Amino acid sequence: MNSTVIGRKLTKAANLPQLLKRLIGAGQQVLAPVRQGERVSFMPATDFSAVDLDYVQSVCSAKEAVFPRHEMMMKFTLTGKDVDMKPVELTAKPTVLFGVHPCDAASFTTLRALFTWDSPDEYFETKLDHLTVIGLSCAMGDSYCFCTSLGSGPGDTRGSDILLTRLGGGQILVEVLTEKGRALVASMAELFTAANGQKKDDHLAKIARRFDGEKVKAQLPERFNQVDLWREQSMRCIGCGACAYVCPTCSCFDIQDERQRNSGERLRCWDSCGFRLFTLHASGHNPRTMQSERWRQRVMHKFSYQPQRLDVWGCVGCGRCSRGCPVDMNLGEHLQQLAEL
Amino acid sequence: MVKTIFTPYRMRIAAVTEEAPAVKTFRLEFVDPQDAEKFKFRAGQFGEYGVFGEGESTFCIASPPTRSGYIECTFRQAGRVTTALSDRDLGDIIGFRGPYGNTFPIEQWEGKNLLFIAGGIGLPPMRCVIWNVLDLRDRYKDVSIVYGARTVADLVYKNELAEWGSRPDVNLHITVDPGGETLEWKGKIGFVPKILEEAKPTGTNSIAVVCGPPIMIKLTLPVLAKLGFAPEQIYTTLENRMKCGLGKCGRCNVGSVMVCKDGPVFTLAQLEKLPQEY
Repeated sequence: MNSTVIGRKLTKAANLPQLLKRLIGAGQQVLAPVRQGERVSFMPATDFSAVDLDYVQSVCSAKEAVFPRHEMMMKFTLTGKDVDMKPVELTAKPTVLFGVHPCDAASFTTLRALFTWDSPDEYFETKLDHLTVIGLSCAMGDSYCFCTSLGSGPGDTRGSDILLTRLGGGQILVEVLTEKGRALVASMAELFTAANGQKKDDHLAKIARRFDGEKVKAQLPERFNQVDLWREQSMRCIGCGACAYVCPTCSCFDIQDERQRNSGERLRCWDSCGFRLFTLHASGHNPRTMQSERWRQRVMHKFSYQPQRLDVWGCVGCGRCSRGCPVDMNLGEHLQQLAEL
Repeated sequence: MVKTIFTPYRMRIAAVTEEAPAVKTFRLEFVDPQDAEKFKFRAGQFGEYGVFGEGESTFCIASPPTRSGYIECTFRQAGRVTTALSDRDLGDIIGFRGPYGNTFPIEQWEGKNLLFIAGGIGLPPMRCVIWNVLDLRDRYKDVSIVYGARTVADLVYKNELAEWGSRPDVNLHITVDPGGETLEWKGKIGFVPKILEEAKPTGTNSIAVVCGPPIMIKLTLPVLAKLGFAPEQIYTTLENRMKCGLGKCGRCNVGSVMVCKDGPVFTLAQLEKLPQEY
C-alpha cells in the first residue's frame, strides 16, 4: 500500500520551526496539530511553539482541508422571476498539512477515489491540488488504532508528499514521495542533508494487527442478511452521527440552500448514514428504518461497497469514531468480531 | 460563469398543468439556447429540480426525448422543495441538473409487445417511455397500458389518458380503487393487479414496465408471473432519496448498487439479486 519513495533526506527536529516559518513565508497556510487541553486539532499555525507533534490522534480528522464541513457551491440573487447565479471561485489557499499521521494522509486517497470517479468534483479537486501533505510517522498509538488490520501502518507513506519519521536524538528521516514533496524540499534545501541508509522501522509505534481486513471484506456480502448480528452490534447506537463527523474518510453529504430575502447560497454539508433522515423519502417510506440497518450500511459501505467499486478501503483504522462515540461503540472491536465469526 | 458538476441549467416554466390534488406538471424550457442545443437525454433518466433558496428535489424527466426543446416534470407537493416548486408560476426560473442515470433499453424492445402498468404518481416516470414508444409506434407490436389511482381525481395526465384511450393502436385500461369512483366514471373499478389479470396481456415476446406504490408492485408481480413474464422481461424504476445524482452523496445505494448511476431503471431479475433496501 506504500507509495514509491523518490528521495530520502535527513533533517533535525531543531529545523522544524524554521521549516514552518519558510512555508508561511512562501505564502502557504499551514495546518498543524495544536493542543488545547486534552484536545488536539488541526489549526492554522503561525508559530511552531503552538504545534504539538507528540499526539496520538486529533479529535477531528484533517479532511476539512479538502472537504469542509460546509462549503459554498453557489451564490444566487433572486430578481423577480429570474435568478442570477454567481460564479463560485474555484480557488483554494495553498495549504500545507503539517504533521498528520499516515492514517490521515491515507484518507486523501479514499476521498480522492470517491470525489473524482465518474464526474470529477471541482470543489474537491481544487483544494486537493493546492494541498501539500507533510506526514509524520506514528511513534505511539493506542488501543483504538487498527491501521495495521487494514494493510496500512504507522509508517505508511500513502497520501503524503513527504513523510517525516523521528529517529531519536533529534534526527528526522524525510521520505520524499511526490513531485510536490520534492519541490518543497528543494525550496529549502539547506534544512536537509542526505540520508545514508537510516531505517525507520525501529522508530515506529507497534500497532497490533487485530483482525484480517481482507477476510472481513470477503465475508461481508454474505453477512448482509444476518440481521441479528447487525442488531446486536448497533443495539446501543443512538444515531448521533459523531462517528461520521470525526471520520477522515466519511464523504457523504447533503446539499442545502440558505436564503436571506432575495439572496442566498447553496451549501454542501457533511451528512451521515447514521441519521434516519438520510434516506427518508418524501412519502414517509424509508429504505433503512432501523438503526441496525444504518449501522450495517456504515460497515458495508466502508468495508465492502467502496473496496468493490472504487478499489479503496472506506476506512483507515484511525479509531476516531470509537474514541468519539458517546455510547462507547468500537468499530475495531466490531470488525474483529466479524472476522472471528 | 465557472461551471461545476453541480451548476444547474436555468429553466423557464413554460406551462403548468394541475394534474391531480397537489400534483402538477411543469414544462421547462432552457433559458440559454445553447443549453437547449446541447441537452440530450434518453427515456428513464432523471434530474435534480431546484428552487433557489429552498433546495433541490429528484424526479424523472416525464417528457419523451422525441420531443425536444423542453422537458417536463410531474411532482407531488410533499416537502420543502416540492412545496416551493408548487408555488412557482408561469415564467419563473428554476434550476435543473441532469440528465442522470441509466435508461430504458427501448431499442432492445423493438418488435415486442409492451405492457405498462402504473399506479398513482407512478405514471410520470413511465410517461416518458410511453410517448417515446408511441412516437416510434411502428417499431413495436401491441402497446397496453394499465393505470390505476385511488380516486378519479388522483389520475394524472387526464387529457393524455383520453388521447391514449381513443387511439386504436393503444390498449388502455384505466381503473380506480373501489370507492374512488364518481357517478360519471366510465372506467374500471378495482385494484391494478385484478384489472391486469382481466386484461390478460400475453407474456410471450413481451416487456412489462411496472411503477407505482410498493404494495401495487408486490401484488402485480405474481400476476405477471402467471401471464408468463420472466423476471428479465419486467422493468421498473427506483426512486431512492438522492442529493447529488452523481454517485457521491452516498444515500441512494441498494447494497453496492447506486440507484443514481446504475439505475434508476432495473429489471426484476436485477432487483432480485439486491438486498431489500428500496
